[in-house]
Amino acid sequence: MKYLGITLERPKIGVFDFTGCEGCQLQIANKEETLTDLFGLVEVVNFREISSERRNDYEVAFVEGSITTDNEVARLKKIRIQAKILVAMGACACLGGVNNLRSRFPLPDVVKEVYGGHPVDTGPVRKVTEVVPVDIELPGCPISKPEFEWVVRHLVLGIEPQFPKYPVCVECKQRLNSCVLDMGMMCLGPITRAGCNAVCPRNRFGCWGCRGPSDEANFKSLMEILGERGFSEEHISERINFFNAFSGLSQ
Amino acid sequence: MNVKIGRPINIEIDHLSRVEGHGDIRIRIENGKLVECTWKVVETPRFFEVMFKGLSIEMAPLLAARICGICSISHALASARAIERALKIEIPEPAQKVRLLAKHAETLQSHTLHLFFLVAPDFLDVDSVIPLIQTHPQVVETAARIKGFANRASDLFAGRTTHPMVIKVGGSTQVPRKRQLKELVKDLDATIPYLWKALDLFKSFRMPDFARETEFVSLRGTEEYPFIGGNLVSSDGICKKEDEYRAMTNEYVVDFSTSKFSRLSRESFAVGALARFNNNYDLLHPKAKETAEELNLKLGEHNPFFYNLAQLVECFHVMYESKEIILSLIDSAISEFASHYRVKGCEGVGAVEAPRGILYHYYRIGEDGKIEKSDCVIPTSQNHVNIYYDLHKQVEELIGQGKGEEEIRNLSQMLVRAYDPCISCSVH
Repeated sequence: MKYLGITLERPKIGVFDFTGCEGCQLQIANKEETLTDLFGLVEVVNFREISSERRNDYEVAFVEGSITTDNEVARLKKIRIQAKILVAMGACACLGGVNNLRSRFPLPDVVKEVYGGHPVDTGPVRKVTEVVPVDIELPGCPISKPEFEWVVRHLVLGIEPQFPKYPVCVECKQRLNSCVLDMGMMCLGPITRAGCNAVCPRNRFGCWGCRGPSDEANFKSLMEILGERGFSEEHISERINFFNAFSGLSQ
Repeated sequence: MNVKIGRPINIEIDHLSRVEGHGDIRIRIENGKLVECTWKVVETPRFFEVMFKGLSIEMAPLLAARICGICSISHALASARAIERALKIEIPEPAQKVRLLAKHAETLQSHTLHLFFLVAPDFLDVDSVIPLIQTHPQVVETAARIKGFANRASDLFAGRTTHPMVIKVGGSTQVPRKRQLKELVKDLDATIPYLWKALDLFKSFRMPDFARETEFVSLRGTEEYPFIGGNLVSSDGICKKEDEYRAMTNEYVVDFSTSKFSRLSRESFAVGALARFNNNYDLLHPKAKETAEELNLKLGEHNPFFYNLAQLVECFHVMYESKEIILSLIDSAISEFASHYRVKGCEGVGAVEAPRGILYHYYRIGEDGKIEKSDCVIPTSQNHVNIYYDLHKQVEELIGQGKGEEEIRNLSQMLVRAYDPCISCSVH
C-alpha cells in the first residue's frame, strides 16, 4: 500500500466472535464497494465467517460479542496475548448490549426457562473490558460501516482514532432531521455519543443509546425533559437500560 | 486416492468456516465402516426468550432483530406480525408493501452473501472470496453489484442493512419518498444484468451428485410466492394454520447441541429455499421459473446442494417482484403507514419465510402491554436433524465409492454449507 509516495505496512487482522448475532462482522463483509480497497489495506488472516484460512499471526484483533462462558474467557485471553491492538466491536462487546436483558433474572431460572433440565454451558454476561484490556472501543448496534473503515485507516497510519465527543443531536442538525423528541417520541440522542450519522432519528425512531454516553452527557437534564413530556419512569428506564449503555450515569 | 481398508479416518472440524455461527463436524471411519458422524452445534446460548420477558411490545421487534445479524429483518417482521395478530391490528397497505420490499432486500442480501462469499470459493477451489479479487475480479464485481443494490434497498425500506428500525408494531415508521423510489428502480434495472451473470457462473458449477428424500416444510402462498404469513405446509401433505406452529415444529432438546431439534412426519424435515421452491413452484415469477430451467432445477428436487440453486432462483423472483411493488408504490397516494392500537392481554404467532426457511415468533402479552412469555423457532434449528442424516448418508456413500479423507472432508463441509446454516440464530 502506497500513500503519498510512502509505503505503509499492511497490518494483519483477525476477526473473532463471541456471544452475539454476528451482525457487526457482517457489516465488514457488507461493504462490497470498498471491500477490495479494504483488503488491499490490511491482510485478513483469521475471519471464520468468510474464510477457511486461519492463521494466528494477527496484529490487530476485532472482537465481537459479549463474554458468557469460561471457554470464551480462555479464548479471549489467548487473543489478547497475540494481538498488539484489540478492538472491541459493537454494543455487546463494549457494553454487554442486549445480552444484559437476561441479567434481570437469576441465571438458573434463565437456563431452566429455555432448556428445561438440560445442562448448558453459560455464565454471567460480561463486556470485553471486564475480561481483558481493550485498546479501542468501536461502538454501535450494529457498528457503522464507514466508522469501521475510518478506524482501519487510523490503524494503518498509526494514529489513535478520536471518536466524536458530542451527542447524536449534532448529527441530526447536520442532516436537517426533524427532532423526533419534538414529534413526541422518546429519544436518547441528547446524551448518546454521535458517529452513527443519527440513523435511527433519520428513520423516525428515537435514539436508544446503543453507542453509549457522549462526553459530559447531561443525563439528569434529559430525564427531567422526558418526565415533563409525560414519559413514565418505567418507559424511560426500559429505553435507558436496553443496551446497558448508561449504567454509570443512571445510578 | 482410495481408502485402504483398515486405515482409520478421523475428521474433526472445529468451528466450520464460511457459515454463520459455530458448529463442529466429527467423522470417524474404522475398517471401512462409519463409526461416528455428527453435526454438533456448539454455539453459546443467549436466551432471547428470557430477554423478551417484561419488555413492552413496542420494543419487541427491535430486540427480535438482534437474534441474527443476517436475517434481522425477518426476525423484526415475525415479531411485529405476532404482536399484530395477537392484538388484531390491520396494517395499512403501504406499510405492507414496504415490509415486503424490506423482506425482499434481505433475501437478496442474504442469498448473495451465501452464494458468493460462502459457497462460490468451494467451487473455485479457494479459501475465501479474498483471493478471487485477484483471480476472478468479474465474479467479485458481480457479487458486489447485486449485494450493493440489496444493501441500498434495505437502507431505504428497513432503515439500514442490519437491525432495522423502520418496522414497528402497527406498520412502519415511514414510507420512502417517490423520488427515492424512482432512483431505486433505476438502480434495480442496472443491477439485473449482473443477476444473469450470476446465473452463468452457477450454471458452470457442477453440484455434487447426492440426494436423500426428505419432507419439505414451508409457508404456502395463496396468490403469491410466500414470504410473510400464511398456512404451513409440508411436502408429505400436512397443512396447518399459522397458530398451530408447534404441531409443525415439535422442538426437542438433545445432549450434543445447544440448538433444539425438530421433527414432523419422518425422522427429519427441511426448510429453506429448496422447501419453498418445491412447495410453491407454481407461484414463482416467470423469470425465476426460466432461471430454474436453465439451472436444471426441477420441481421435487431432493439434492441438498440444489439449495444453492434454489436461492439463485429466488434472487430472480425477489428482484423482478420488487420492481412491480415499487412501481405500484410510486403510483399510489400514501396517507397512512401505521395503525393505532390499544394493548390488552392476548397471544399471537407470526410466521415468515426467513432466507434460510420458516421462522416463528410467539408472544403472550399481559394486560399492561408487556410480554409475559415468548417462543422463537428458528429455520436452522429445524434443519439441523436433516443436515445430520444427510451427512451420514453422504459419508456412507463416499466410503462405498472408495473416496479418500480429503474428498470426504470437503464434501461434508460443502453439504453443511449448502443449507446456509445460521447457527447463532438457531441458538438464540
